[in-house]
Amino acid sequence: MMRLRAVEERIAARYPEQEMRCPTHLCVGQEAAPVGVCAALRPDDYALSHHRSHGHYLAKGGDLDRMIAEMYGRETGCSRGKGGSMHLVDLSVGFLGAVPIVASTVPIAVGAAFGARMRGEDRVAVVFLGDAAVEEGVVHESLAFASLERLPVLFVCENNLYSVQTGLEARQPSGRAIHELGAAHALSHAQLHGEDVFAIHAWAEEAVAQARAGEGPSFLEVLTYRYLEHVGPYEDVELGYRTREEVDAWRARDPIAHATRALADEVGPETIDGWMRAHAEALDAAFERAIAAPYPEPEALFEGVFRGTSTRLGEGT
Amino acid sequence: MSRVIPYHEALREALALCLEHDPRVYLMGLGVPDPKGLFGSTTGLVDRFGPERVRDMPASENAMTGVALGSALAGMRPVLSHQRVDFALLAMEQMVNQVAKWHYMFGGQRPVPILIRMIVGRGWGQGAQHSQSLLSWFAHVPGLTVIAPATPHDAKALTLAAIESDDPVISFEHRWCFNVKGEVPEGIVRAPLGEAHVVREGADVTIVASSYMVLEAMRAAEQLAEDGVDAEVIDLRTVAPLDRVTLARSVRKTGHLVAADIGWTSFGVGAEVVSAVVEDAFDALRSAPRRVASPDVPSPSTPALSAGFWPRARAIVDAARAQLGRAPLPAEGPPPFPLDVPDPTFTGPF
Ligand SMILES: Cc1ncc(C[n+]2csc(CCOP(=O)(O)OP(=O)(O)O)c2C)c(N)n1
Repeated sequence: MMRLRAVEERIAARYPEQEMRCPTHLCVGQEAAPVGVCAALRPDDYALSHHRSHGHYLAKGGDLDRMIAEMYGRETGCSRGKGGSMHLVDLSVGFLGAVPIVASTVPIAVGAAFGARMRGEDRVAVVFLGDAAVEEGVVHESLAFASLERLPVLFVCENNLYSVQTGLEARQPSGRAIHELGAAHALSHAQLHGEDVFAIHAWAEEAVAQARAGEGPSFLEVLTYRYLEHVGPYEDVELGYRTREEVDAWRARDPIAHATRALADEVGPETIDGWMRAHAEALDAAFERAIAAPYPEPEALFEGVFRGTSTRLGEGT
Repeated sequence: MSRVIPYHEALREALALCLEHDPRVYLMGLGVPDPKGLFGSTTGLVDRFGPERVRDMPASENAMTGVALGSALAGMRPVLSHQRVDFALLAMEQMVNQVAKWHYMFGGQRPVPILIRMIVGRGWGQGAQHSQSLLSWFAHVPGLTVIAPATPHDAKALTLAAIESDDPVISFEHRWCFNVKGEVPEGIVRAPLGEAHVVREGADVTIVASSYMVLEAMRAAEQLAEDGVDAEVIDLRTVAPLDRVTLARSVRKTGHLVAADIGWTSFGVGAEVVSAVVEDAFDALRSAPRRVASPDVPSPSTPALSAGFWPRARAIVDAARAQLGRAPLPAEGPPPFPLDVPDPTFTGPF
């Protein structure tokens, strides 16, 4: 979580230089769900995400250098510079991809779980979604299919109250908590506070165990908050769609402060400071490497539209 | 009286006028009443007209399109907005199967007065799912009028005409046009739907463009003029139904055709423009028509590849010169600023 916070804050600090030329949605304040959930996964489990994906990518084990290089549009980026911040991928750790179309990865995650089960593998798939995603029909279709098939998939909805600058009350009926949608589709479901990474982790361990045991999908709603603007590096209280008091109240329940307090007795403040310093140094190096890396050559524009190969029936794995 | 205002303000004026003059008109879309108001095109309208008529909506594009259709059948005149064309794709079923067909399929008993606004993204690394220009998809579907205002004047005049139309209209608004300024009359102004507009008269070559490419076509015409080539520039304004008469008339005069399009080359608007002219004025053509559009690859995020993906004025100049048998101009030096933004004032993130 501390590493994630440090990464996002560094991106925010450097974004105004205009060298990272892609829309960038930071997750400062929302670190507990990615970290708590991904810590319960194996590297070969699948994870998918959306536009606000840095946390999910890094928590699943994604490569920091390749993420930063992707944001700088470099050939060494995890999508060869073709995707930018909104299209992270790292197959070596099961991060199947992130796309910015709201809710579009939800059925894809269900399909990943479906594919794994058909192949006899005991992998679990996790999909991170925002609160706006549950407004899309495809989420309900996906929950129903996952439930019907008892698929090993975890739906983790990070409810940060806003869709761009629109509050939840303008988009969803009051009196229906998001996690209850899980109940409607006969999934196990829970609602947890995004301050508490330990509680989220405990939930994830159980949900993963259940999924691996063939006992079906789970749905988690995490109550959380983004400190910065929807897209971009700044705070945005002056826009007037949310109040300073509201932001401050959430900042007072910061997930990192919570974890630090919980760990203070165990490890002591010096150790935590040491961690933070180490993260900062690693970050400097990642940015330097990204900036020094080459851009893709012009021919790369035409590469990768089609693979142009085929697999003969019965060959391959 | 005319003043000079940006495209986004012209849009807002058109919407405000319609809200003011017709109680059946309402606006709906993600972010329509929010402080940023769809890049300035709806800011403040909620304060004037209230949240009932200037509405946000859930991220439920398909359902809300059906809701808009149903409300139109019940006598309203909805204007539905999407911050990106790409998001509207979730509503393809309602738009193509329902909105486009309803009037015809039920024997013309009810009008379907819906305007669906879609913003085309481009540049700043928005990548494959935030920058598609799918005009030709919608133009292919009978029953949909497809407009693509390029100038502030047309943003106002076409939007107003589209809201007044009893048919469903899809409007493509290009993000790179939003801050461009131009003369716009106050009060009600209309531009006819279905008519192309000759924005520059010329005798040597016809350049047909739509949306943002009209601005590049005008730049190209200026560059061509420096070398004594007199280009005629036609802004389609309405992509479907296509004004074939104006196209053929122009090519009968010039004998050469360059079709510039914001979308992909294959199966695009340019392909249709060329086909129409070949069918209607083949005998007048003195060279093979050319298309200037993006290569058939998804839009890459990295700025390093944007020059190869998004054609600009120079590509139109090159195509026109080739048709006229003129030698190619020397290769251009490095661009004065990165080609992933419309001008240096644009600093992202969007
Ligand atoms: C289908 C679709 N509609 C609209 C958008 C525009 N959009 C981008 S992010 C976003 C808000 C998503 O909110 P949420 O899912 O709660 O995630 P958050 O940004 O709060 O993390 C919207 C509406 C989109 N990307 N895709």
